[in-house]
Amino acid sequence: MRSSKNNWILSSLSFLLLLILWELSAKFSGWNEHVFPGPLQVLKGMMELSSDGTLFRHSVASLYRVTAGFYLAVVLGIPLGILMGRWSWMRMIVNPMIQFLRPISPLAWIPLAMLWFGIGDKPAIFLIFLSSFFPLVVSTTVAVGSINPVFFQVARNFNFSRWETISRIVVPAITPSVITALRITITIAWLVVVAAEMIAVQSGLGYLILDSRNALRMDYVMDGMIIIGFIGLLLDGFMRKLGHIEAALWRTMGRRVG
Amino acid sequence: MGQIRIENLSKEYVDRRRQKRSPTSPKTHGRRVRVLDGIHLEFDAGEMVCILGPSGCGKSTMLRIIAGFEQPTAGAVWVDDRRLNRPSPDHIFVFQHSGLLPWMTVSQNVELGIRHMEDEKEKAALIQEFVEMVELEGFENHYPYQLSGGMQRRAELARALAVNPEMMIMDEPFSGLDFLTHMKMREEVVNMHQLIGKTILLVTHDIDDALIMGDRVVVLGGRPANVKLDQRLDFSHPRNFEKDEELGRLREEVFLMLGVSYAV
Repeated sequence: MRSSKNNWILSSLSFLLLLILWELSAKFSGWNEHVFPGPLQVLKGMMELSSDGTLFRHSVASLYRVTAGFYLAVVLGIPLGILMGRWSWMRMIVNPMIQFLRPISPLAWIPLAMLWFGIGDKPAIFLIFLSSFFPLVVSTTVAVGSINPVFFQVARNFNFSRWETISRIVVPAITPSVITALRITITIAWLVVVAAEMIAVQSGLGYLILDSRNALRMDYVMDGMIIIGFIGLLLDGFMRKLGHIEAALWRTMGRRVG
Repeated sequence: MGQIRIENLSKEYVDRRRQKRSPTSPKTHGRRVRVLDGIHLEFDAGEMVCILGPSGCGKSTMLRIIAGFEQPTAGAVWVDDRRLNRPSPDHIFVFQHSGLLPWMTVSQNVELGIRHMEDEKEKAALIQEFVEMVELEGFENHYPYQLSGGMQRRAELARALAVNPEMMIMDEPFSGLDFLTHMKMREEVVNMHQLIGKTILLVTHDIDDALIMGDRVVVLGGRPANVKLDQRLDFSHPRNFEKDEELGRLREEVFLMLGVSYAV
């Protein structure tokens, strides 16, 4: 208890030191404060941005796109991963395509996305979808493939239907690994949304950063960055919470007992 | 159901590893390794048959074939004139290490075999009955990871019994348990068998388990494995090697048969 309190103090101290160093280097860098603002300047910008609701509006816009693209990827990717993990013919058909498309950065799709989906939310959602879909498919496939074969023998022994095997064996068995995959994937999706918003949209934290750069307001740029980092932390924390739900506990706890 | 016949059962595997080492014969798909060689056994329904053999002799393979998880290369398993060739709730397999589904509680696991029962009340009562039979009352809502090794085995027994199967197939059900739990479980399985009179096929490498529990002891041996001994054990329970001198003699004989020159 005591040591965790000490850790907390230590962390805040080092953070404070960082802020001081930042302020000092901003002051003595010789650069204009529009080019390299200090933390006070950035804080002031933050107040301005939040008081008129700009920051909130852009955050909601970004979160909406991430949520939409991410859910789309979850809804399509996890079932596809289960199918590929269960049936080798499915894997043989789909896997080459997945493996080929997977290493292509979602950002490389930007021109096509804009051409196909025009201006607005759609191309951004499409890019988020791409960034989350492939990792989810691959991790789900791997998770299904590494299910203990004994569980399938139990299923056959108790005359499980095909659907029961999926819903009562496969889904619960892969839940812990899929939650881990979701956690990693949402981080990627959040990275991509910023880039996606620098094109073809007029809202979102990515747009805020780009727009502020055009106006040479580096304090606003930094505000955008800080909020991105903050929301990223929240998303990760939320996903980590998901790992503690009852459905995932059997594995973490199971290791302890054996 | 009257008689169970294991008829001329053989099993061969293809050893793929050896294929790479023999470039001279690229066309053969690895070397075929025969594990079981014409196993023939007959026993009555309701018997507890204990199958002994050195590790790796194929006794688990035989069990998996009987359970329908694997297909034999030759031969068949018959119950009267019905051939067993696929898994079914009529013959429940009890796995060597836990076969409980770790994401389900004890009562959810016990429910697996009776999940289609329409009367929810009757189902709940049945689950309770079998949970109590294996003395796990109070642990219905525990997950397997919250139970000790012995309790996990008992939960799996309850799950198997709840289906009311014709036969239970147990693959080294006591492996990994500590000595005392092992002794207790041995007694419990004997009591359970006397109570419900199911056919039990039990594979073990523990000679005392087989001689103390079995109505019949079968010794497999050799590579590929065949039946070295198939003997009825007409001794009353509880059994004791000092009390039943004949059982003690048989024990020494089995030890010798498995390559140990004196019984410990």
